[in-house]
Amino acid sequence: MSDQLTKIRNILKEHGRLSKDAESLDPSADLYQAGMTSHASVNVMLALEGEFDVEFPDAMLKRNVFNSIASINAALSELQAA
Amino acid sequence: MQLTVKSLESMGPTTQNAAPMEPGSEEASEFRARTLRVGTDLVQVSRIAESIERFGDKFIRRLFTENEIAYASSSAPLQAERFAARFAAKEATIKALSLSDVGLDWKHIEVQRAENGACSLKLHGAARAAAIDAGVREASVSLSHDGDYATAVVVCLSAPSPNAPSPN
Repeated sequence: MSDQLTKIRNILKEHGRLSKDAESLDPSADLYQAGMTSHASVNVMLALEGEFDVEFPDAMLKRNVFNSIASINAALSELQAA
Repeated sequence: MQLTVKSLESMGPTTQNAAPMEPGSEEASEFRARTLRVGTDLVQVSRIAESIERFGDKFIRRLFTENEIAYASSSAPLQAERFAARFAAKEATIKALSLSDVGLDWKHIEVQRAENGACSLKLHGAARAAAIDAGVREASVSLSHDGDYATAVVVCLSAPSPNAPSPN
């Protein structure tokens, strides 16, 4: 699980265009408030799909899924359990 | 050639530029009973180009319909700005219809281009359902790009609500 969180943080660091350090960001912190644009969230989504070999279904393509490290982690866990 | 905001202004008065209505007029009361929604988005063209380079077809096909891809790809030098403007239009629509918490495919929002360059919106799937639920009768889009920036504005007009309070 911590390895998954590390990978999520690395992806946010590379693709999220955050104004804050993704490595030290609180898991519940709002990523959009931290500078992630709608375009950046698309890049984050595609990078997550590539890293974890999953595909986010339409139902998960919404703001609150990519809102925080914690919500992304929960969504990935749900996809991996399916 | 894309219909830019500048050329829209030259085509005559729009709803936004229409002459003010008399407060007690029938026209004014009908206008007040409707709901006007607006959304806008600004996108950096070079970052769209980076996404295309990084993720390739996966990025393009996830966001854009076949028709949008065909038009944007018809000119390699203009591809990134065309995709950028269209992505801005999709995000502007999401804002106008408050769809950010509705899970939907970006391809459910399509920018169509007429031969004269005028752009319009076509909604599919969940986006269309949401627009119908909101009583949207008309939706208009305007795209523009200049240098490294592309932008879009979407305006939606909903039908008068039968429960809307009567004026005065």
